[in-house]
Order: sequence, then structure tokens, then C-alpha cells
Amino acid sequence: MSLGSWLRDRPHFLEIVYKAAENFVTRLDPLISWIGYDRVERLITPPEEIAKEIVFDCRMCGQCILHSTGMTCPMTCPKHIRNGPCGGVRGNGHCEVKPEMRCVWVEAYERSLHMPIYGTEMTQLQPPVNKSLRGRAAWITMLTGEDKEVPAGWEGISELTILDADHTCWFSSQEE
Amino acid sequence: MTEEAQKTLVGSNLEHVLQNGTFAVTGELGPPQSADGNVIREKLNLLKSYVDAVNITDNQTAIVRMSSIGAGTILVEEGMEPVIQMTCRDRNRLAIQSDLLGAYALGMRNVLCLSGDHQDFGNHPTAKNVFDIDSIQMVKMVADMRDKGLFQCGDEFKGQKPCFLIGAAAAPFADPIKFRPYRLGKKVNAGADFIQTQLVYDIEAFEEYMDKVRELGLHEQTSILAGVGPLKSPGMARYMKKNVPGILVPDKIIDRMSEAGKPWSDIKKEDRTKEDKKARSQAWRKEGIQICVDLIKELQKIEGVAGVHIMAIEWEEAVKPIVEGAGLHPRPEMKTPVL
Repeated sequence: MSLGSWLRDRPHFLEIVYKAAENFVTRLDPLISWIGYDRVERLITPPEEIAKEIVFDCRMCGQCILHSTGMTCPMTCPKHIRNGPCGGVRGNGHCEVKPEMRCVWVEAYERSLHMPIYGTEMTQLQPPVNKSLRGRAAWITMLTGEDKEVPAGWEGISELTILDADHTCWFSSQEE
Repeated sequence: MTEEAQKTLVGSNLEHVLQNGTFAVTGELGPPQSADGNVIREKLNLLKSYVDAVNITDNQTAIVRMSSIGAGTILVEEGMEPVIQMTCRDRNRLAIQSDLLGAYALGMRNVLCLSGDHQDFGNHPTAKNVFDIDSIQMVKMVADMRDKGLFQCGDEFKGQKPCFLIGAAAAPFADPIKFRPYRLGKKVNAGADFIQTQLVYDIEAFEEYMDKVRELGLHEQTSILAGVGPLKSPGMARYMKKNVPGILVPDKIIDRMSEAGKPWSDIKKEDRTKEDKKARSQAWRKEGIQICVDLIKELQKIEGVAGVHIMAIEWEEAVKPIVEGAGLHPRPEMKTPVL
């Protein structure tokens, strides 16, 4: 088992790390802004790429939604589906296109059940990818707000979650 | 669907049938791997007056065929209503929008948004795919063109907007099965007016799915058409059960199919004549149609099922006996959109 999959199978730990990192980076925003986003981005892009590649097989889309997709990178799906899974998941939970690979969305779903902080975001609509951010550091595009720039018509819709009739967390009723 | 988005009437026949609360029937037509429009006309004659609209597949299983909009134009000319299938595999967001503008101008009013089969399955596995957006994002894009008058980039329309009845697919039985109703919810939130499901053979499993769909209130926000299709042989049933993702075929259905061909299957293989094989095949097909009829009758009893989508590709002759057998004939008078 690789380090990446060992970590990915600890989604609650990862979401805590993500939340802490998000807080930390947001607090540093004034400093980063003073140094210059461009300069800092040049510095942090290579380490971000390497770390996220090892852990998540990251494809550097530049607008990270890992915490909304069960800490599983949706760009590793052969159809690049951001709102998965598609209907082609095999009976054993593997990908229709790559039979040797588990469907990334099956993994995302299973992991999201163990993510009390961000798990419900699996039901949010993910907007189309902004391809012009490809290769950029997602931490910087988060600070500059570029990762959340959506076309007109998409504002607000990503906050919609689908809740059960009793308005509890969607996944609480699914725990075995 | 969000409150602020004002739904516009698109004026399609399918919309009319669904709004009237009539149990809808849609069919499917696979365009030929050629440029022969007469193939479309011949197949169409087998479907006409038995279905409310006909899906035209878009390079299904990633095999090159006549385009769905091209074939759809022939349907419009012949007074039949197409549901244009549109995949994300072959087009980026520019091409999807521009094709839909053209489809609207040519009289098409229904679109089914799909991600599409991966090219690895088709006859051009060395091709580059697109997958610029996914099917849910496409639903939203088409809904925004109609309801908000916006291109995907956010630019406003000047002039006629393309007003489509927007469809999406659902796979109730594909893994992870418990997430499927929520993914349907995402399609509804994106703006899907109607849903066509993957083939249903397992009524109990579909009832469970619909229980959850109703709990989430999705059946009131979209019209769900359950997918059905006639089986040709027990072998086909077993193949689908084993190899096609997202299809559940209960053993009792396979047994029914086997039973239908028993008089001929009991004959020793070497003694079985050509006529025997033909008779067995006919018996199987007859039973396949009957199973399909029985399934439709069961589906009609499930609250929240607004119609059926009959997938009888390369066996369009079966649609007539299925629709008649299920008591769904005659269909409501065809309302053609005002061009």
C-alpha cells in the first residue's frame, strides 16, 4: 500500500489537516499579499504539486475541491467528472474504463461517510472547471478568490446540499 | 429547481404529455453507421404513434454514427418529436451550446444531457476525448440558456433563446447504490425536467430507490421515466446481469426466458434444426416482450414514476406490441412545436 492510499483511507484526519491548513493560509494572507501572490505562488507551486501528487495523485487543476469530494481527486476519473459517479461503475466498485482501478467516486463516497466536517459537500453542485487555472497553486487561487469565480448563473448554487427528510446530515442515515 | 428561475414553456409534445399527467412513453432510435437517411425513416415508422418522443442516440457506445441532430432533423420533417442526446465526450462547452442553438432552430425541443461512453469502448479508441464539462454541468448550462438567457460564460443572449425540455439519465442500480438518489438530486438541482433511467428489470430494487427519491421529494421536481427493454434471449439476460454495469436482472426473469424456449432447448443440440432454432428464438422474443409489458404494469403502480422509456434498439418492431400490451395505446395526439 502506498503512502497516498494509506493517508486517503484516513479521511477524517485529512479533513482536519485541510481545515487547519486553510485557517493557517488564510491568516497568512496579509503577509502573502504583501510579498506578492505571484512570488509566493512560484515558491509554493512545486512543493504543493509534489505533496498532492503523492497523496492524492493530484492533476493540478488549480481549483482544489478535495474536501468536497471525500478527499479524493475527481480529476483522476477517466471522464474528469466533477459531479460523479457516472452510471458505468462496475458491480465490484471498479471503473468501467479502467477495470483494474476502483472508481474514484466510489472511494469519494465511502470516505465522505467518515467526514463529519465536509462530508455533506458531496451533494453540492460543482461548477465547470476553469481550465485557465491549470497548473496553478490551489492555495493561492483560493486566497485570490480565482478558484471560486463562477460564471453568472452559478452563484449561490454550490451551497445547495441535499438533505434527508428530517434535515439531518445526509450521510448519518447511511452509516452501517 | 431553484425558486427564482422562472420555467418557460418549451412547447414540446413530451412536455405536454408530462404536464397533463399522462403516463409518458418515449422510445429510442440509433442512427445508422452511414449517411442513409432512409434508415431513420424506416425505423421511425415502427415507432410513430406508439411513443410521445424518440431519443436519438449520440454516437452510442462511442461508435461513429449519423449525428443526433442530423437524424433529429429527419424526425422533425416526418412529424415526430426527437429527444436529442448530447454527450460531453465529443464536444466542449462552445460546441455543445452552438449545436443546441442549431438544433432549436431546426425545430428540436428536447435534449438529454449525458457524459457519454468513453471512447475506449468504441471504434475510435485512439481518439482524444473532450469531457470539458460533465453531464450535470451541461444540464445547468442548458437550463441557464433557457431560464436566465445566459451563455455558459455568463454573457447575455441577444435574440431567440434555445428553450429545451432538459433531460438527464439516472443509474439507480450502479455502485454506490445508496448515493444514487442524491446524485439524482444534484441533477434536479441543476435543472433536469425529466429523467430517463437505466434498464429496470428488478422491480423490488427500483421500488427501494423510488422510496428514497420520494423521501427527498425529487419526484415532485422532475418527471422520472423508468427505462425498460425487451430481452431477446436468456443468454442476453445473463450477459447483462454479468457484464453490464448498473443493470440488475433477477434470476426469476432469466428463468422465465429459459422456460419459454424449453420445448426446443430440450431437443439434443445435434438434432436441433434451423426451424427449431428459429421457433425457439421467436418464443424467447415473445416472452421478452411479455416480461417488458409486465414490468411496465408494475412500474405504473409505483408512485413518482411518470412514464417509461423503451429501449429496443435494433428491435424497433417490439415497441408496438409492448405499448399495446401495456394498455398505453393510443398515445395522446401529437403536439408539434410552433416553429
